[in-house]
Amino acid sequence: MKPLETKLRAVRESGRKALVPYFMAGLTPDWTQHVEAAVHAGADAVEIGIPFSDPIMDGVVIQEAALTSLSRGTNLDSIAADLAKMSVDVPLITMTYFNIFHHYGLERSIGKLTESGIEGAIVPDLSLEESGPWTEISNSHDLANIFLVAPSTSPDRAKLLAQASEGFCYASARMAVTGKSSDEGGAQSVVAGIRAGSDIPTYVGIGISTPEQAQAASLLGDGVIVGSALVQLLLDGAGPSKVEEFISSFRRAID
Amino acid sequence: MTEAKTFMQAPDERGRFGEFGGRFVPEALMPACLELEIAFKDAWSDPAFIEEYNTVLRQFAGRPTPVTPLLRLSEKLGINVYAKREDLAHTGSHKINNVVGQTLLTKRMGKTRVIAETGAGQHGVATATAAARLGLECTVYMGEVDTIRQSLNVFRMELLGATVVPVTSGSRTLKDAVNEAMREWVTCVTDTHYCLGSVMGPHPFPWMVREMQSIIGHESSRQLIELGVATPDFVVACVGGGSNAAGIFSGFANTSARLIGVEAAGGAAVKNGSPGVLHGMRSMLIQSEFGQIEEAHSISAGLDYPGIGPEHAHLADAGRAEYYPIGDEVVLDALQLLSELEGIIPALETAHAVAWITREAGKTIPKGSSVLLNLSGRGDKDVAQVRSLLRGE
Repeated sequence: MKPLETKLRAVRESGRKALVPYFMAGLTPDWTQHVEAAVHAGADAVEIGIPFSDPIMDGVVIQEAALTSLSRGTNLDSIAADLAKMSVDVPLITMTYFNIFHHYGLERSIGKLTESGIEGAIVPDLSLEESGPWTEISNSHDLANIFLVAPSTSPDRAKLLAQASEGFCYASARMAVTGKSSDEGGAQSVVAGIRAGSDIPTYVGIGISTPEQAQAASLLGDGVIVGSALVQLLLDGAGPSKVEEFISSFRRAID
Repeated sequence: MTEAKTFMQAPDERGRFGEFGGRFVPEALMPACLELEIAFKDAWSDPAFIEEYNTVLRQFAGRPTPVTPLLRLSEKLGINVYAKREDLAHTGSHKINNVVGQTLLTKRMGKTRVIAETGAGQHGVATATAAARLGLECTVYMGEVDTIRQSLNVFRMELLGATVVPVTSGSRTLKDAVNEAMREWVTCVTDTHYCLGSVMGPHPFPWMVREMQSIIGHESSRQLIELGVATPDFVVACVGGGSNAAGIFSGFANTSARLIGVEAAGGAAVKNGSPGVLHGMRSMLIQSEFGQIEEAHSISAGLDYPGIGPEHAHLADAGRAEYYPIGDEVVLDALQLLSELEGIIPALETAHAVAWITREAGKTIPKGSSVLLNLSGRGDKDVAQVRSLLRGE
């Protein structure tokens, strides 16, 4: 079992629902302070987004954050340098699109990520079928691979994805890109589909923007992921104290 | 006959053409891609479906399109140029072939709605046309920049009952229209088919679209024989994503013909790109040092794409087809030349292929060679832009 999964299973065994906020790396010069604030407020792990020019799984908020970050010159090297200066005691998980790693080189990317303290990776456009070479290298570096399961995923496929996931399995609550929360969602059946394949921790994300939604989602799975709502706050200029306040409100809702 | 290598067959089971292709999509879209693959294989091997497809192309789309010997251009260049007249197909380009097939497939899958991306507007107009014919709801995503460059096509789509959504993200051109169509597809995949317009995207799209365009190659192969040309020395087509080129190449992939794809210099993915993953496929892409996709720039909206279909990347890699860039500056000359000598105003996209032939006649193309040009689209949509470029109006 990879270190990320050991840690996240321990969170579950302690009876605590995991709270995983998403940050866009390099969004502002002081972005790592936002991460530290979130951890201080009770985040159990943090998703570190690496900006990509064409994020097809992301809605307008993350798109804007990606472009802003890119316009500041953010890249894998600069993120690694920033992370080296940051000190948090929860696992870090990166989330980005496959071309970033494909272009940088798979071995080199995974080396860079793990040296920077990243323990897991979510690569939404790297399908299970295409993940072989990536998984092989990440295995030799103890980097955990996290797959998404969507409401459209068949039961058989959900099992395979749950079994392939390491650390946690990402239950996509909605048929939507990030940041949309217009409907009820289908998290319940997605979580059930994952549970049928594995007892891996299962976190619910996509379209969770309020503490109330987080509370409801946390009852379904082992944790919740909050992205766009937090990133919107940061795009609006929030500093570390606002981040702490925001994360605390979610923490209270799911505890 | 045993060939050491045959080209333009079905991809492998992972949707790969050599090292290119595959299926790099969010999980939410994987079931739809798998469903589409099964539906396409089933339909494409069903004689009744093929018959219906061919009938619609004949009765509605105006096929077969002729091959026209371009006598005055040939005389001027000292080579024998033949044009496959996709400009004469309904809606003015080859795009109709693909959308007729995909909309029939949409109905067969029991879906009621199509979405599409468009650059120049040709694929959007074609999709709106085919959707109207079958009573399918249609939404087209178009970069905001392109809605301005091609405002008449926006109106055409609206006349045909489609909704056009201007895309304001990224570079606001074709690449971003694809992003937005994919994002939209995630939300409506159960009742909606994504009618992708080129030989790109996740498996099975590159293969399916090539198959639905292969009628161009098959017809022209037969028509050239009737004109006394057993095998042309060159087959030349412009390439953005590469659907018209894939269509015509597929009639000649296993002959001695040299296959030439002409890219816009500002979007020359084969010459200036490197392998990467975008829009569901591994292919050649124009990208930065850190894997960010660069914006393509071209006089023609239809070639404003920073990548190329994966099968083209494979054909280039295998040395079977050659890809050359053509700059904006010679495209207008080629458009005028074809208009004046042959009475055919080509689309700006097509004019890239004309420009390459004109430039290379007597050089890469030896005197006396036979050249099949895919005249992929007519220039009506570009006339206002061309006027303003030529006369500053």
